[in-house]
Amino acid sequence: MPQVDLSVNGRPVSVTASGETPLLDVLRNDLGLLGTRFGCGFEQCGCCLVLIDGAPEKSCTRPIESVAGKAVTTVEGLGTPARPHPLQQAFLDEQAGQCGYCLSGILITAKALLDRNPSPSRAEIAHALDGNICRCGAHNRILRAVAKAAARLRELGRR
Amino acid sequence: MTSAVLPPGLAENPNLGRWVSFPAPGKVTISTGKVEIGQGVLTAMMQLAAEELDVAVARIAIQSGDTDLTPNEGFTAGSQSIQFGGVALRSACAEVRALFLRHAATVLGCATSELAVQDGGVLRNGTPTGQDYWTLATAVDLAAARATGSASPKPVADHTVVGRSAARLDLPAKVFGEAVFIHDMMLDGMWHARVVRQPGRGAKLASIDEAAIRRAARGPIEFVRHGDFLAIVGQQEAAVDAAGTAAPDHVTWQGVEPISSVQQEAAWLLQRPAIDRRVGAPEPHASPRNRQRHEATYTRGHLGHASIAPSCGLALYRDGHLTVWTHSQGVYPLRAALAQSLALDPAVISVRHVQGPGCYGHNGADDAAGDAAIIAARLPGRAIRVRWRRAEEFGFEPVSPAMVVKVAAVLDDAGRPADWTAEIWSGTHSARPGSGNLLGAEALPNPPPAPPPADVPDANGGGATRNADPLYDIPAKRIIHHLVPETPVRTSALRGLGAMPNVFAIESFLDELAERARQDPVQFRLAQLADPRARRVVERVARMAAWQAGLPAGTGRGRGIGFARYKNRAAYAAVVADLEVAETIRLLRIWCAADAGLVVNPDGAANQLEGGIIQSASWVLKEQVRFADGGVSSLDWDGYPVLRFSEVPEIEIEFVAADTDVPLGVGEATAGPTAAAIGNAVSHALGTRIRELPMTRERIMATLLAG
Ligand code: FES
Ligand code: FES
Repeated sequence: MPQVDLSVNGRPVSVTASGETPLLDVLRNDLGLLGTRFGCGFEQCGCCLVLIDGAPEKSCTRPIESVAGKAVTTVEGLGTPARPHPLQQAFLDEQAGQCGYCLSGILITAKALLDRNPSPSRAEIAHALDGNICRCGAHNRILRAVAKAAARLRELGRR
Repeated sequence: MTSAVLPPGLAENPNLGRWVSFPAPGKVTISTGKVEIGQGVLTAMMQLAAEELDVAVARIAIQSGDTDLTPNEGFTAGSQSIQFGGVALRSACAEVRALFLRHAATVLGCATSELAVQDGGVLRNGTPTGQDYWTLATAVDLAAARATGSASPKPVADHTVVGRSAARLDLPAKVFGEAVFIHDMMLDGMWHARVVRQPGRGAKLASIDEAAIRRAARGPIEFVRHGDFLAIVGQQEAAVDAAGTAAPDHVTWQGVEPISSVQQEAAWLLQRPAIDRRVGAPEPHASPRNRQRHEATYTRGHLGHASIAPSCGLALYRDGHLTVWTHSQGVYPLRAALAQSLALDPAVISVRHVQGPGCYGHNGADDAAGDAAIIAARLPGRAIRVRWRRAEEFGFEPVSPAMVVKVAAVLDDAGRPADWTAEIWSGTHSARPGSGNLLGAEALPNPPPAPPPADVPDANGGGATRNADPLYDIPAKRIIHHLVPETPVRTSALRGLGAMPNVFAIESFLDELAERARQDPVQFRLAQLADPRARRVVERVARMAAWQAGLPAGTGRGRGIGFARYKNRAAYAAVVADLEVAETIRLLRIWCAADAGLVVNPDGAANQLEGGIIQSASWVLKEQVRFADGGVSSLDWDGYPVLRFSEVPEIEIEFVAADTDVPLGVGEATAGPTAAAIGNAVSHALGTRIRELPMTRERIMATLLAG
C-alpha cells in the first residue's frame, strides 16, 4: 500500500493506506482525530468538513492520495479548551448547539468564511452554512455565534 | 414515619443510594435513568441536585442510562424527563439532605431546625460545625435508606441555582471536537460491521454473491450469517463500508412484499382495515336543522427522524456476559428486547448509554445496538461496532406514521363549535423495543412474532390521539380513532407523536371557523378559552408580534397563529408566524410565548422550544418519506430535504412566568402550534387553504392554479 505524506493541524504525518481511502476514514481510524464526524458519506451534510490548504472540503469522499503534500486542518486544529479559537468561545457563549454532532463541520465552514469575509451579515453567514445541516434547530444560535466571533476577531485584528 | 406521596420515578426506585452517593471527599455522584439526547437534560438534572443538596454544581458528577448503575426510568421521551425524572431526582436529593441533617443533629446534639447546608458543609445557626456530607457519609447507610416522602423540596423563592440559565455541561467537548459520541468509541481490537438488510419482514435470503462483495471491499472481510440475518465484518472500516454499500446489489431475496408510491400518501389509510374506538361525548341527537356545520380533512405524510448521522451500536460478548453501548432512549427496555431476541437472561446483559446525534424519538439507535449484539453473540470475544449507512437510516428507521384527521363541528349562534368530532386514521406511534421490535431480530431463525398492534394508551398521552382533544371550551367533544395495524413501513415515535397533525387540524379548523364568523383569529380563540394559563400565552404572543386584526388576505404575505398545551398536561405554547408565499414559502419571523411552569434552565428550555419550532417548520415546508421501486426512495438529503440555514427565520421566545414549583415538559410543546401557525399564515397569504402537509412547491402551485 502506498505511503501518503501530508500535514495535519500543522504537524507532518505519513499514512499507509490504499489511495482511494477517504480522508475522513484516515483521520478517524488511523490518526485518532475523531472530531471530524461522519454524517452521510456523500457530500450532502457537511459533518466531515476540514480545511485543505485553507479551503473547506468534504473529507468523506476525498481520496487520501489527493491530499498528498497538502495542509489539512480539522476542528481539533482550531483551538483547545485552554486556548479556544474565538469561534469556539463564541459557540460556548451563545450556547450554540443541541446534540452538537453538526458543530465540527459548522466551525470549519465558519472559519473559512471569516478568513475571507471578516464582517459577514446574517444572510451571508447563513448562505455560507447552507451546505451544513443542523437537524436539532440550533441555527439561530449558530448564526449569532459566528457573528459574535467575527466581531471579536475584528477587535483582535485592530489591536 | 409514614410515606407521603412520592413522585412516580422515586416510588418505583425508592432506594436513595440508587440516586445519590458521596464517593470521595468533596464529591457527589447523582444517577438518572434519563439520558442526554442533545436536549440538555443532564445540565438541568445537575441544577436540580445542586439546589436540593446545597452543593456547588462543580462537585457533582452524573451517571445516566446504565443498567448496572442507574435507576430504571423507562424511556427518555414525551417531554417527561424534567417533569417526571427531574422531579424524582429532586425529591431524592431533598430526602438525602434531610437524612444527613438528622444524623448531623444527633452527632452535634442539637435540633435539625438549627442546621443548614452550605456547599456540602453543615452549619449550625450559620456557623460551620466541621461536619459535612462526607464526614457524615460513613455513618449514613445510603444504600439501605429508602425515600419516605417526608422531606419536601425547597420552596421556589429559595432557589439560587434552579431557574437561572446554566451553560450546557456537554457543549465544550462538542465544540472542541472531542470523542463524545458513540461513533467515536474505539474498543480494543474492535471489528467494524455492516448489516445487509432484509428488504421487508419475512423476506428470505435466496443467494449471496460473496465473491462480488469481496471484490467491492478491496480489503479483508468476513461474513456472519444467522438465518436471514447477514452481516459483513472486518477490521478495516473502509473495506467493510465499501462491502456494505455494494452488498444489496449482490444479494437476492424471496418473499419481498413491495410497497408503492400510493401507500406513501395519508389518504391510502382510509381504505385500510382498522381497529376502531371512540372516546368522549356520546353521539349528539340529531342537531337542530338550523344549526350550521363545518367539516374539513387534514393530512400529513410519513416523517423521518432524519438524524444528522446514522445510528451506531457497539457490543462485546465475553465470558457469558453481553455489554452493549447504545444511543437508545431507553437502556432497560432495550435490555429486555435483547434478552428476548438472543434468549439471554437480562442479568447477563449490561446496556450503557453513550451520546449520539439528536434522535427526536425512536430512530435506528435501538436497531443498530441490536445488530451489534446479534453479531457479537456469534463472535464471542470480539468487540463489534455497527454503524448504519446513511441510506440504511433513511430506508429502515421506524418513521412517524402518515395521518388523516377529519374534524366536524356543529356551530352555535356565534359560529363557535358546540359539538366537535375528530376522526383520526393512523398507524401506530409506538413500536419501541421492550417486547421485541428489533429490526435485526426479525431476520433471525424463529423471529419473534410481530408485536400486537397497539398505540400509546391515552393515559400516557395517546399516540395518534395525542392532543386530539382541543383545550377550548366546547360543550361536547369526541374522538374516533382508527388504528391501521398494517402500514407499508415500520412506524413509531417521533417528537410529539400525533400532536403535530392534530394541533395542525384543530388550529386550522378554528381559523376556518373564525373566517366564517368574520372574527379575528386571536379574539375568536380567546372567546372560547377559559384556562387562564392558555389565555396568557395567546395574549402574550399576540403582543410580541404586534398582532393586528383585519389584515387583508391573499396578498402573498401572511400571518397566522397556533396554540396548544402539549398533551393537555405539559407546557403551553402559542406561536405566530409571518411569511411570504410565491412558489415556495419563505418564513420571515416567528414568535413564541410559552408557559413551562417552573423552568429549571431557561436558556436550555428556550433552546428546546426553538429547536422544536425549526424542526416543525421543516416538516411543514419540506418533509415526507417517499416510496418508489418497492421501498423507501427518499434515501439521502436530496430525497429527504430539511430546512437549511438561509431558510430559518429569526425567532423570538418569551416565557410567561408561572407561580408554581411544577416543571412542565417543553421538548415537544412547539411542534403543533408552529405547524398550525404556518398553515394559517399560508392560508392568509394565499386567500385559500392548504390542508395537506407538507406544503411543497408542487402543492402550492397546484393550489394557486386551482384558485
Ligand atoms: S459526511 Fe461528508 S458531507 Fe456528510
Ligand atoms: S446540534 Fe444537533 S444537528 Fe446541530
